[in-house]
Amino acid sequence: MKPPPFSYHDPKTVAEVVGLLATLDNAKLLAGGQSLMPMLNFRYVQPDHIIDLNRVEGLAYIRETADGMEVGAMTRQRDLEFSDLVEKRFPLMHEAIGSIGHRQTRNRGTIGGSLCHLDPSAELVSCAMTLDATVVVAGPNGRREIEFADFPVAYLTSAVEPNELLTAIRFPAWPAKHGYAFVEFARRHGDFAIVSAAVLLEVDGAGKITRAAVTLGGMGTGPVRASELEKTLIGRAPSGDFLRQACESCRTLEALDDVHAPASYRQHLATVMSRRALEKAYARATGKA
Amino acid sequence: MGETRKIAVTVNGKRYEEDVEVRVTLADFIRHQLGLTGTHLGCEHGVCGACTILFDGRSARSCLMLAVQANGHEILTVEGIAPGPDKLHPLQQAFHENHGLQCGFCTPGMLTTLIEFLRDNPDPTEQEVRIAISGNLCRCTGYQNIVISALDAAKRLKAEAGHQA
Repeated sequence: MKPPPFSYHDPKTVAEVVGLLATLDNAKLLAGGQSLMPMLNFRYVQPDHIIDLNRVEGLAYIRETADGMEVGAMTRQRDLEFSDLVEKRFPLMHEAIGSIGHRQTRNRGTIGGSLCHLDPSAELVSCAMTLDATVVVAGPNGRREIEFADFPVAYLTSAVEPNELLTAIRFPAWPAKHGYAFVEFARRHGDFAIVSAAVLLEVDGAGKITRAAVTLGGMGTGPVRASELEKTLIGRAPSGDFLRQACESCRTLEALDDVHAPASYRQHLATVMSRRALEKAYARATGKA
Repeated sequence: MGETRKIAVTVNGKRYEEDVEVRVTLADFIRHQLGLTGTHLGCEHGVCGACTILFDGRSARSCLMLAVQANGHEILTVEGIAPGPDKLHPLQQAFHENHGLQCGFCTPGMLTTLIEFLRDNPDPTEQEVRIAISGNLCRCTGYQNIVISALDAAKRLKAEAGHQA
Protein backbone atom coordinates (compact mmCIF):
# COMPACT_ATOMS: atom_id res chain seq x y z
CA MET A 1 0.00 0.00 0.00
CA LYS A 2 2.75 2.45 -0.95
CA PRO A 3 3.11 4.32 -4.24
CA PRO A 4 5.58 2.80 -6.72
CA PRO A 5 8.74 4.79 -7.55
CA PHE A 6 8.33 7.70 -9.98
CA SER A 7 9.96 10.99 -10.88
CA TYR A 8 8.20 14.04 -9.51
CA HIS A 9 7.63 17.30 -11.38
CA ASP A 10 5.94 20.40 -10.01
CA PRO A 11 5.63 22.92 -12.84
CA LYS A 12 4.42 26.48 -12.21
CA THR A 13 2.68 27.25 -15.51
CA VAL A 14 0.34 25.56 -17.97
CA ALA A 15 3.00 25.96 -20.69
CA GLU A 16 5.50 24.04 -18.54
CA VAL A 17 2.93 21.25 -18.02
CA VAL A 18 2.34 21.01 -21.77
CA GLY A 19 6.11 20.91 -22.30
CA LEU A 20 6.52 18.10 -19.78
CA LEU A 21 3.64 16.11 -21.30
CA ALA A 22 5.32 16.41 -24.70
CA THR A 23 8.65 15.03 -23.49
CA LEU A 24 7.85 12.51 -20.73
CA ASP A 25 6.66 8.97 -21.35
CA ASN A 26 4.13 7.29 -19.08
CA ALA A 27 3.34 10.48 -17.12
CA LYS A 28 0.30 11.03 -14.93
CA LEU A 29 -1.17 14.40 -13.93
CA LEU A 30 -1.80 14.74 -10.19
CA ALA A 31 -4.66 17.13 -9.31
CA GLY A 32 -6.38 16.74 -5.92
CA GLY A 33 -5.15 13.17 -5.62
CA GLN A 34 -8.36 11.76 -4.16
CA SER A 35 -8.56 9.10 -6.89
CA LEU A 36 -5.01 8.92 -8.24
CA MET A 37 -3.37 8.58 -4.83
CA PRO A 38 -5.41 5.49 -3.84
CA MET A 39 -4.66 4.06 -7.30
CA LEU A 40 -0.95 4.68 -6.70
CA ASN A 41 -1.11 3.20 -3.21
CA PHE A 42 -2.78 0.10 -4.66
CA ARG A 43 -0.32 0.22 -7.58
CA TYR A 44 -3.20 0.03 -10.03
CA VAL A 45 -1.22 2.66 -11.91
CA GLN A 46 2.57 2.74 -12.12
CA PRO A 47 3.56 5.94 -13.88
CA ASP A 48 7.21 6.80 -14.50
CA HIS A 49 6.44 10.48 -13.92
CA ILE A 50 4.01 12.37 -11.74
CA ILE A 51 3.26 15.92 -12.88
CA ASP A 52 1.79 17.70 -9.87
CA LEU A 53 -0.64 20.47 -10.87
CA ASN A 54 -0.98 21.90 -7.37
CA ARG A 55 1.62 24.62 -7.90
CA VAL A 56 0.47 25.66 -11.39
CA GLU A 57 -0.68 29.26 -11.31
CA GLY A 58 -4.06 30.45 -12.49
CA LEU A 59 -5.99 27.19 -12.48
CA ALA A 60 -8.10 27.75 -9.35
CA TYR A 61 -10.94 30.25 -9.76
CA ILE A 62 -14.71 30.56 -10.01
CA ARG A 63 -15.64 33.39 -12.35
CA GLU A 64 -19.06 34.69 -13.41
CA THR A 65 -19.44 34.99 -17.18
CA ALA A 66 -22.09 36.55 -19.43
CA ASP A 67 -24.05 33.30 -19.65
CA GLY A 68 -22.98 31.44 -16.53
CA MET A 69 -19.61 30.69 -14.99
CA GLU A 70 -16.15 29.45 -15.77
CA VAL A 71 -14.34 27.30 -13.23
CA GLY A 72 -10.59 26.64 -13.22
CA ALA A 73 -9.66 22.96 -13.34
CA MET A 74 -7.81 23.02 -10.00
CA THR A 75 -10.72 24.58 -8.09
CA ARG A 76 -11.34 22.45 -5.00
CA GLN A 77 -14.75 20.84 -4.57
CA ARG A 78 -14.89 22.57 -1.21
CA ASP A 79 -14.60 26.00 -2.82
CA LEU A 80 -17.49 25.16 -5.14
CA GLU A 81 -19.47 23.94 -2.12
CA PHE A 82 -19.16 27.31 -0.40
CA SER A 83 -19.40 29.54 -3.49
CA ASP A 84 -22.34 31.98 -3.43
CA LEU A 85 -22.31 32.02 -7.23
CA VAL A 86 -22.66 28.23 -7.41
CA GLU A 87 -25.39 28.21 -4.78
CA LYS A 88 -27.36 30.97 -6.50
CA ARG A 89 -26.94 30.18 -10.21
CA PHE A 90 -26.10 26.46 -10.15
CA PRO A 91 -28.18 25.03 -7.29
CA LEU A 92 -27.99 21.57 -8.91
CA MET A 93 -24.23 21.56 -8.42
CA HIS A 94 -24.57 22.96 -4.90
CA GLU A 95 -26.95 20.13 -4.00
CA ALA A 96 -24.77 17.44 -5.63
CA ILE A 97 -21.52 18.49 -3.96
CA GLY A 98 -22.73 17.47 -0.50
CA SER A 99 -22.70 13.86 -1.72
CA ILE A 100 -19.10 13.93 -3.00
CA GLY A 101 -17.09 11.85 -0.55
CA HIS A 102 -16.48 13.68 2.70
CA ARG A 103 -15.25 17.02 3.94
CA GLN A 104 -11.64 15.76 4.02
CA THR A 105 -11.78 14.62 0.40
CA ARG A 106 -13.65 17.71 -0.85
CA ASN A 107 -10.97 19.91 0.70
CA ARG A 108 -8.44 18.40 -1.71
CA GLY A 109 -10.50 17.02 -4.60
CA THR A 110 -10.74 19.26 -7.67
CA ILE A 111 -13.38 19.67 -10.36
CA GLY A 112 -10.87 19.03 -13.14
CA GLY A 113 -9.57 15.88 -11.48
CA SER A 114 -13.09 14.56 -10.98
CA LEU A 115 -14.06 15.20 -14.61
CA CYS A 116 -10.87 13.67 -16.03
CA HIS A 117 -11.03 10.62 -13.77
CA LEU A 118 -14.58 10.30 -15.12
CA ASP A 119 -16.01 7.84 -12.67
CA PRO A 120 -19.51 7.13 -14.05
CA SER A 121 -21.06 7.74 -10.64
CA ALA A 122 -19.18 11.00 -9.94
CA GLU A 123 -21.48 13.86 -8.97
CA LEU A 124 -19.60 16.59 -10.85
CA VAL A 125 -19.51 14.44 -13.99
CA SER A 126 -23.31 14.19 -13.84
CA CYS A 127 -23.61 17.95 -13.23
CA ALA A 128 -21.40 18.78 -16.22
CA MET A 129 -23.44 16.41 -18.39
CA THR A 130 -26.78 17.87 -17.26
CA LEU A 131 -25.63 21.50 -17.62
CA ASP A 132 -24.11 20.89 -21.09
CA ALA A 133 -20.75 22.16 -19.93
CA THR A 134 -17.85 22.96 -22.24
CA VAL A 135 -14.39 21.78 -21.29
CA VAL A 136 -11.26 23.74 -22.20
CA VAL A 137 -8.02 21.81 -22.68
CA ALA A 138 -4.50 23.02 -23.42
CA GLY A 139 -2.05 21.07 -25.58
CA PRO A 140 0.90 21.50 -27.92
CA ASN A 141 -1.31 23.29 -30.49
CA GLY A 142 -2.82 25.71 -27.99
CA ARG A 143 -6.28 25.49 -26.48
CA ARG A 144 -9.37 23.70 -27.75
CA GLU A 145 -12.90 23.25 -26.45
CA ILE A 146 -14.83 20.01 -26.03
CA GLU A 147 -18.58 19.82 -25.55
CA PHE A 148 -19.26 17.67 -22.51
CA ALA A 149 -21.49 15.31 -24.53
CA ASP A 150 -18.31 14.35 -26.44
CA PHE A 151 -16.10 14.26 -23.35
CA PRO A 152 -16.59 10.67 -22.08
CA VAL A 153 -15.10 8.24 -24.61
CA ALA A 154 -14.86 5.04 -22.53
CA TYR A 155 -14.88 3.83 -18.94
CA LEU A 156 -12.70 6.22 -16.89
CA THR A 157 -11.47 7.73 -20.15
CA SER A 158 -12.08 11.28 -21.34
CA ALA A 159 -11.48 12.97 -24.68
CA VAL A 160 -8.44 14.76 -23.21
CA GLU A 161 -5.42 13.50 -25.17
CA PRO A 162 -2.30 12.22 -23.35
CA ASN A 163 -0.44 15.40 -24.36
CA GLU A 164 -3.16 17.75 -23.07
CA LEU A 165 -4.47 19.00 -19.75
CA LEU A 166 -7.88 20.28 -18.77
CA THR A 167 -7.65 23.94 -17.75
CA ALA A 168 -11.22 25.17 -17.31
CA ILE A 169 -14.88 24.23 -17.48
CA ARG A 170 -17.64 26.57 -18.69
CA PHE A 171 -21.16 26.13 -17.40
CA PRO A 172 -24.12 27.92 -19.02
CA ALA A 173 -26.66 28.87 -16.35
CA TRP A 174 -30.37 28.06 -16.52
CA PRO A 175 -32.92 30.87 -15.97
CA ALA A 176 -33.34 32.11 -12.40
CA LYS A 177 -36.50 30.16 -11.59
CA HIS A 178 -35.60 26.75 -12.97
CA GLY A 179 -36.24 23.51 -11.12
CA TYR A 180 -33.34 21.31 -10.10
CA ALA A 181 -32.64 18.19 -8.07
CA PHE A 182 -29.81 15.79 -7.44
CA VAL A 183 -30.63 12.49 -5.76
CA GLU A 184 -28.53 9.39 -5.39
CA PHE A 185 -28.70 5.95 -3.89
CA ALA A 186 -25.61 4.85 -1.98
CA ARG A 187 -25.19 2.35 0.83
CA ARG A 188 -23.74 5.03 3.11
CA HIS A 189 -23.46 8.81 2.92
CA GLY A 190 -20.34 9.66 0.90
CA ASP A 191 -20.00 6.27 -0.77
CA PHE A 192 -19.97 5.95 -4.54
CA ALA A 193 -23.54 6.18 -5.76
CA ILE A 194 -24.95 2.97 -7.19
CA VAL A 195 -27.27 5.17 -9.28
CA SER A 196 -27.77 8.94 -9.21
CA ALA A 197 -30.12 11.26 -11.05
CA ALA A 198 -29.53 14.92 -11.87
CA VAL A 199 -32.45 16.94 -13.19
CA LEU A 200 -32.99 20.45 -14.52
CA LEU A 201 -36.42 21.71 -15.57
CA GLU A 202 -37.94 24.86 -17.01
CA VAL A 203 -41.67 25.24 -16.50
CA ASP A 204 -44.06 27.82 -18.04
CA GLY A 205 -46.79 29.79 -16.24
CA ALA A 206 -49.33 27.01 -16.87
CA GLY A 207 -47.09 24.43 -15.17
CA LYS A 208 -46.01 22.79 -18.44
CA ILE A 209 -42.42 21.62 -18.77
CA THR A 210 -40.69 23.51 -21.59
CA ARG A 211 -37.14 22.23 -21.17
CA ALA A 212 -35.70 19.21 -19.39
CA ALA A 213 -32.28 17.68 -18.79
CA VAL A 214 -31.96 14.36 -16.96
CA THR A 215 -28.67 12.55 -16.36
CA LEU A 216 -28.27 9.15 -14.75
CA GLY A 217 -24.95 8.38 -13.10
CA GLY A 218 -23.51 5.03 -12.05
CA MET A 219 -25.40 3.03 -14.67
CA GLY A 220 -22.82 2.03 -17.25
CA THR A 221 -19.36 3.03 -18.37
CA GLY A 222 -20.20 6.74 -18.36
CA PRO A 223 -22.93 9.23 -17.44
CA VAL A 224 -26.05 8.95 -19.61
CA ARG A 225 -28.63 11.53 -20.59
CA ALA A 226 -32.12 10.01 -20.47
CA SER A 227 -33.05 11.58 -23.80
CA GLU A 228 -36.24 9.57 -24.31
CA LEU A 229 -37.50 10.65 -20.90
CA GLU A 230 -36.52 14.27 -21.58
CA LYS A 231 -38.63 14.26 -24.79
CA THR A 232 -41.63 12.70 -23.00
CA LEU A 233 -41.61 15.51 -20.43
CA ILE A 234 -41.83 18.42 -22.85
CA GLY A 235 -45.24 20.09 -22.95
CA ARG A 236 -46.53 18.14 -19.96
CA ALA A 237 -47.69 19.30 -16.55
CA PRO A 238 -46.98 16.21 -14.43
CA SER A 239 -49.83 14.94 -12.29
CA GLY A 240 -51.12 11.59 -11.06
CA ASP A 241 -49.05 8.68 -12.26
CA PHE A 242 -47.45 10.50 -15.21
CA LEU A 243 -43.88 10.74 -13.87
CA ARG A 244 -43.87 7.17 -12.62
CA GLN A 245 -44.86 5.95 -16.08
CA ALA A 246 -42.55 8.33 -17.94
CA CYS A 247 -39.54 7.22 -15.87
CA GLU A 248 -40.14 3.59 -16.85
CA SER A 249 -38.19 4.39 -20.04
CA CYS A 250 -35.04 4.53 -17.87
CA ARG A 251 -35.39 0.78 -17.31
CA THR A 252 -34.13 0.20 -20.85
CA LEU A 253 -30.92 2.21 -20.40
CA GLU A 254 -27.74 0.21 -20.59
CA ALA A 255 -26.34 -0.79 -17.20
CA LEU A 256 -23.47 -2.84 -15.84
CA ASP A 257 -23.28 -5.71 -13.36
CA ASP A 258 -20.70 -5.39 -10.63
CA VAL A 259 -20.11 -6.39 -7.00
CA HIS A 260 -22.47 -3.66 -5.79
CA ALA A 261 -25.51 -4.45 -7.91
CA PRO A 262 -26.70 -6.38 -10.98
CA ALA A 263 -27.71 -4.42 -14.08
CA SER A 264 -31.42 -5.04 -13.52
CA TYR A 265 -31.17 -3.49 -10.04
CA ARG A 266 -29.47 -0.40 -11.48
CA GLN A 267 -32.17 -0.12 -14.13
CA HIS A 268 -34.85 -0.32 -11.45
CA LEU A 269 -33.02 2.32 -9.41
CA ALA A 270 -32.84 4.51 -12.53
CA THR A 271 -36.64 4.59 -12.71
CA VAL A 272 -36.89 5.45 -9.02
CA MET A 273 -34.08 8.02 -8.83
CA SER A 274 -35.23 9.84 -11.97
CA ARG A 275 -38.79 10.03 -10.66
CA ARG A 276 -37.74 11.31 -7.25
CA ALA A 277 -35.46 13.91 -8.82
CA LEU A 278 -38.16 15.02 -11.26
CA GLU A 279 -40.77 15.33 -8.51
CA LYS A 280 -38.40 17.43 -6.44
CA ALA A 281 -37.30 19.57 -9.40
CA TYR A 282 -40.87 20.14 -10.57
CA ALA A 283 -42.00 21.16 -7.08
CA ARG A 284 -39.13 23.62 -6.93
CA ALA A 285 -39.82 25.01 -10.42
CA THR A 286 -43.46 25.62 -9.54
CA GLY A 287 -42.70 27.11 -6.13
CA LYS A 288 -44.24 24.20 -4.20
CA ALA A 289 -41.04 22.86 -2.65
CA MET B 1 16.07 4.94 -2.32
CA GLY B 2 14.46 6.68 -5.29
CA GLU B 3 14.34 10.36 -6.22
CA THR B 4 14.43 12.71 -3.24
CA ARG B 5 13.66 16.38 -2.59
CA LYS B 6 14.42 18.77 0.22
CA ILE B 7 11.26 20.16 1.80
CA ALA B 8 10.53 22.70 4.52
CA VAL B 9 7.32 22.15 6.41
CA THR B 10 5.80 23.48 9.61
CA VAL B 11 4.17 20.82 11.77
CA ASN B 12 2.40 21.81 14.99
CA GLY B 13 4.20 25.14 14.89
CA LYS B 14 7.66 23.62 14.53
CA ARG B 15 9.64 24.03 11.31
CA TYR B 16 11.31 20.97 9.80
CA GLU B 17 13.72 20.78 6.87
CA GLU B 18 13.95 17.25 5.59
CA ASP B 19 15.01 15.22 2.57
CA VAL B 20 12.10 13.05 1.44
CA GLU B 21 11.71 10.39 -1.16
CA VAL B 22 9.16 11.85 -3.61
CA ARG B 23 6.90 8.79 -3.54
CA VAL B 24 6.50 8.84 0.25
CA THR B 25 3.02 9.79 1.43
CA LEU B 26 2.56 12.66 3.84
CA ALA B 27 1.24 10.17 6.40
CA ASP B 28 4.37 8.01 6.30
CA PHE B 29 6.55 11.12 6.40
CA ILE B 30 4.79 12.39 9.52
CA ARG B 31 4.97 9.02 11.25
CA HIS B 32 8.33 7.60 10.22
CA GLN B 33 10.45 10.62 9.43
CA LEU B 34 9.13 13.10 12.00
CA GLY B 35 8.26 10.40 14.53
CA LEU B 36 4.80 11.84 15.14
CA THR B 37 2.96 8.54 15.45
CA GLY B 38 -0.27 10.06 16.71
CA THR B 39 -1.46 10.18 13.09
CA HIS B 40 -2.76 6.67 12.42
CA LEU B 41 -2.87 4.73 9.18
CA GLY B 42 -5.81 2.39 8.79
CA CYS B 43 -6.58 1.75 5.15
CA GLU B 44 -4.00 3.76 3.19
CA HIS B 45 -6.49 4.47 0.43
CA GLY B 46 -8.61 7.30 1.75
CA VAL B 47 -11.53 5.44 3.26
CA CYS B 48 -11.05 5.17 7.03
CA GLY B 49 -10.14 8.77 7.92
CA ALA B 50 -7.70 7.79 10.70
CA CYS B 51 -4.83 9.70 9.06
CA THR B 52 -6.73 13.01 8.87
CA ILE B 53 -4.57 16.07 9.52
CA LEU B 54 -5.15 19.78 9.02
CA PHE B 55 -3.32 21.06 5.96
CA ASP B 56 -3.24 24.87 6.02
CA GLY B 57 -6.22 24.65 8.38
CA ARG B 58 -8.27 22.33 6.19
CA SER B 59 -8.81 18.67 7.00
CA ALA B 60 -7.17 16.26 4.57
CA ARG B 61 -6.25 12.61 4.40
CA SER B 62 -2.51 12.42 4.75
CA CYS B 63 -2.40 9.00 3.06
CA LEU B 64 -3.70 10.69 -0.11
CA MET B 65 -0.96 13.32 -0.29
CA LEU B 66 2.72 13.14 -1.01
CA ALA B 67 5.11 14.55 1.56
CA VAL B 68 6.76 16.60 -1.16
CA GLN B 69 3.44 18.42 -1.69
CA ALA B 70 3.65 19.77 1.86
CA ASN B 71 6.72 21.87 1.03
CA GLY B 72 6.05 25.40 2.30
CA HIS B 73 2.78 24.45 4.01
CA GLU B 74 1.52 24.20 7.59
CA ILE B 75 0.28 21.00 9.16
CA LEU B 76 -1.52 20.30 12.41
CA THR B 77 -1.56 16.75 13.72
CA VAL B 78 -3.26 15.35 16.82
CA GLU B 79 -0.08 16.08 18.80
CA GLY B 80 -0.59 19.79 18.18
CA ILE B 81 -4.18 20.09 19.35
CA ALA B 82 -3.71 20.40 23.12
CA PRO B 83 -2.74 23.87 24.43
CA GLY B 84 0.07 22.36 26.55
CA PRO B 85 1.49 19.13 27.96
CA ASP B 86 -0.72 19.23 31.06
CA LYS B 87 -3.93 20.46 29.52
CA LEU B 88 -6.26 18.88 26.98
CA HIS B 89 -8.10 20.79 24.26
CA PRO B 90 -11.84 21.12 25.13
CA LEU B 91 -12.60 18.65 22.34
CA GLN B 92 -10.17 16.11 23.81
CA GLN B 93 -11.57 16.71 27.29
CA ALA B 94 -15.08 16.08 25.97
CA PHE B 95 -13.96 12.79 24.38
CA HIS B 96 -12.26 11.84 27.65
CA GLU B 97 -15.33 12.51 29.79
CA ASN B 98 -17.95 11.07 27.44
CA HIS B 99 -16.23 7.80 26.54
CA GLY B 100 -15.66 9.13 23.02
CA LEU B 101 -13.02 6.48 22.45
CA GLN B 102 -12.40 2.87 23.26
CA CYS B 103 -9.37 1.49 21.42
CA GLY B 104 -8.46 5.00 20.27
CA PHE B 105 -7.30 4.10 16.79
CA CYS B 106 -9.75 6.38 14.99
CA THR B 107 -9.48 9.17 17.58
CA PRO B 108 -6.72 11.28 15.94
CA GLY B 109 -8.78 11.45 12.75
CA MET B 110 -11.99 12.15 14.63
CA LEU B 111 -10.36 14.99 16.58
CA THR B 112 -8.72 16.69 13.59
CA THR B 113 -11.93 16.36 11.55
CA LEU B 114 -14.00 17.82 14.38
CA ILE B 115 -11.57 20.69 15.06
CA GLU B 116 -12.24 22.01 11.56
CA PHE B 117 -15.95 21.21 11.73
CA LEU B 118 -16.57 22.94 15.07
CA ARG B 119 -14.51 25.94 13.97
CA ASP B 120 -16.79 26.40 10.93
CA ASN B 121 -20.00 25.25 12.60
CA PRO B 122 -19.83 26.10 16.33
CA ASP B 123 -23.46 25.20 17.02
CA PRO B 124 -24.12 21.95 15.12
CA THR B 125 -27.10 19.61 15.24
CA GLU B 126 -26.62 15.92 15.92
CA GLN B 127 -27.31 15.15 12.26
CA GLU B 128 -24.64 17.63 11.14
CA VAL B 129 -22.11 15.99 13.46
CA ARG B 130 -22.96 12.57 12.05
CA ILE B 131 -22.40 13.83 8.50
CA ALA B 132 -19.17 15.56 9.54
CA ILE B 133 -17.68 12.29 10.84
CA SER B 134 -19.12 10.16 8.04
CA GLY B 135 -15.64 9.88 6.54
CA ASN B 136 -14.13 8.50 9.74
CA LEU B 137 -14.61 4.84 10.58
CA CYS B 138 -14.81 3.65 14.19
CA ARG B 139 -15.16 -0.05 14.96
CA CYS B 140 -15.66 0.25 18.73
CA THR B 141 -18.08 2.90 19.83
CA GLY B 142 -20.99 2.63 17.44
CA TYR B 143 -20.36 6.38 17.06
CA GLN B 144 -22.89 7.29 19.73
CA ASN B 145 -20.40 8.54 22.30
CA ILE B 146 -18.34 10.27 19.62
CA VAL B 147 -21.40 12.27 18.61
CA ILE B 148 -22.14 13.04 22.27
CA SER B 149 -18.52 14.14 22.74
CA ALA B 150 -18.64 16.41 19.70
CA LEU B 151 -21.85 18.08 20.87
CA ASP B 152 -20.42 18.47 24.37
CA ALA B 153 -17.24 19.94 22.88
CA ALA B 154 -19.29 22.51 20.97
CA LYS B 155 -20.79 23.66 24.28
CA ARG B 156 -17.38 23.78 25.97
CA LEU B 157 -15.84 25.74 23.11
CA LYS B 158 -18.70 28.23 23.13
CA ALA B 159 -18.41 28.68 26.89
CA GLU B 160 -14.66 29.20 26.51
CA ALA B 161 -15.13 31.76 23.73
CA GLY B 162 -17.76 33.57 25.82
CA HIS B 163 -15.41 33.61 28.78
CA GLN B 164 -12.66 35.20 26.71
CA ALA B 165 -14.93 37.76 25.04
